[in-house]
Amino acid sequence: MAVRVQIEDFDLGAELAALRAGCTNIGALVSFCGLVRNDTGDLQTLELEHYPEMTEKALAEIEEEAHYRWDLNATLIVHRFGLLEPGEQIMMVATASLHRKAAFEAADFLMDFLKSRAPFWKKETGVDGAKWVDAKEDDETMLKRW
Amino acid sequence: MKLELIYFAWVRERIGVPRETVETEVATVNALVLELRAREERYDLAFSDMSVVRVALDQTLCNFDAPLEGVCEVAFFPPMTGG
Repeated sequence: MAVRVQIEDFDLGAELAALRAGCTNIGALVSFCGLVRNDTGDLQTLELEHYPEMTEKALAEIEEEAHYRWDLNATLIVHRFGLLEPGEQIMMVATASLHRKAAFEAADFLMDFLKSRAPFWKKETGVDGAKWVDAKEDDETMLKRW
Repeated sequence: MKLELIYFAWVRERIGVPRETVETEVATVNALVLELRAREERYDLAFSDMSVVRVALDQTLCNFDAPLEGVCEVAFFPPMTGG
């Protein structure tokens, strides 16, 4: 289990290699990487603010819950903060287990809880100025699935 | 009692400071919000729609009826948008 909150970018391939290094009992490794999306063409920067005293604790609790629910060999959550540009990596989760079902489900669970229970806030700056991203109603609904 | 208040995102922008220390005798988060709203317009504006405000007491998410006894740090912020 590991959680990292950082300004700097990460190497997804290297993170996955490190996560399973020395483990021959892992049969499935699932990863998700969130990217700064500029689907409207208007986005210039995305700023991520967080609550430093709370962030790692909140992420570790979500990760611990995943290990309680599924039989996982390893998990990793990396989340960036600060000023990002379109196309940049924002965050990643990785889950390793004996079989794929647990790894897929746990990764999905981590993402759902991370979106509305980890203290991050996104601010988009575009040609028309800056705006805080609203949470989606759907984000709360997704938690009820679990 | 002394409380350290911390604000994030648009709550911070509306109140105008990232953190401050307040002296108060109120018992719950709800009462603290009412006290702040009565104090100045910028607080009244920030807390005008509590359905889009969340609170954490000593870095743990709580409800607005949570007691403040023994609490050191109160953080107010909008619904989170991580991931």
